[in-house]
Amino acid sequence: MNIRLNEQLIATTATTLFALRDAHQPDADVLIVNGFPVRADQPLGEGDQVVLIKRGAVPDAAEMEALLTARHTPGVHQRIKSATVGIAGAGGLGSAIAIALARCGIGRLIIADFDVVEPSNLNRQQYFIDQLGLPKVDALRANLQRINPFVKVAAFYGRLDHENLPQVFAMADVLVEAFDAPDQKAMLVENWRKAHPERPLVAASGMAGFGTANTIATRRVGENFYLVGDETTAAAAGCGLMAPRVGVAAHHQANAVLRLLLGADPVGDNHG
Amino acid sequence: MKITLNGKEILVGNPLSIVALLAEHDLDSTRVAVELNREVICANAFATTLLSDGDSLEIIHFVGGG
Repeated sequence: MNIRLNEQLIATTATTLFALRDAHQPDADVLIVNGFPVRADQPLGEGDQVVLIKRGAVPDAAEMEALLTARHTPGVHQRIKSATVGIAGAGGLGSAIAIALARCGIGRLIIADFDVVEPSNLNRQQYFIDQLGLPKVDALRANLQRINPFVKVAAFYGRLDHENLPQVFAMADVLVEAFDAPDQKAMLVENWRKAHPERPLVAASGMAGFGTANTIATRRVGENFYLVGDETTAAAAGCGLMAPRVGVAAHHQANAVLRLLLGADPVGDNHG
Repeated sequence: MKITLNGKEILVGNPLSIVALLAEHDLDSTRVAVELNREVICANAFATTLLSDGDSLEIIHFVGGG
């Protein structure tokens, strides 16, 4: 009988759940059959999907890769895994983008930020209350490691400028602009477009407040240059940055990156 | 002369520098990214770059937040 065990198709002689567990992972204490946790033994049928988990155990690199490969369309995982993405800024945009890409199983992230985690960041940035005062790049790296320890993370703690930007992101296949300050955004775009016109850039502008999320879009500005946001709503008194719209923009950016890595047009309707 | 600004044709005076065009549109030159005929123009060249009839210009004006 063929069943899918922990996302891998296997042939087994086991006809019940407990027999399967005893044969493959006797220490498993959480048993999931076709998406539902079960406690009692039950017969298995052809094509059933079984996941066996030992609580608290961390899968090794090969197991993690098998899980992600199975989750993604064949061929997709390999391309994501071999990619390096640079993220300039680890605030509301950058922290969420990094987490989305890490969950996808991205090979390498280069994160850069000069800031530390402040209480006011917690309304939208992907940090925890026990990380207040830590450099954002250190806190983010720690959070990414908890999600997927096999993503390689290089961190730059400092201010990015015309001088260091090309070096910090020298290895990046794609760069994400995730700054807060508009002059920094402009500086990065000019710098990267001059230094690496052949390497895609995904920038963002306009995601403050709680207006409709439907005005946040991804558009192509030029060759290898994409812009996310509503392009008008600045962070200001009475129109602060809030988790939902910042998250929408961040995930537009992450999705644009994913599509670029998979050879799909970020603003087209093809699936790569 | 006629130029295309962010996909729209507009009539502008001649001569016109990028810095003057930005001022006409109330755009802060430290917060923009400018591409002239698909070529990136650095901020330090805004004042010396003159536009020509038929030019195509893309100006991204960044707003704060991230």
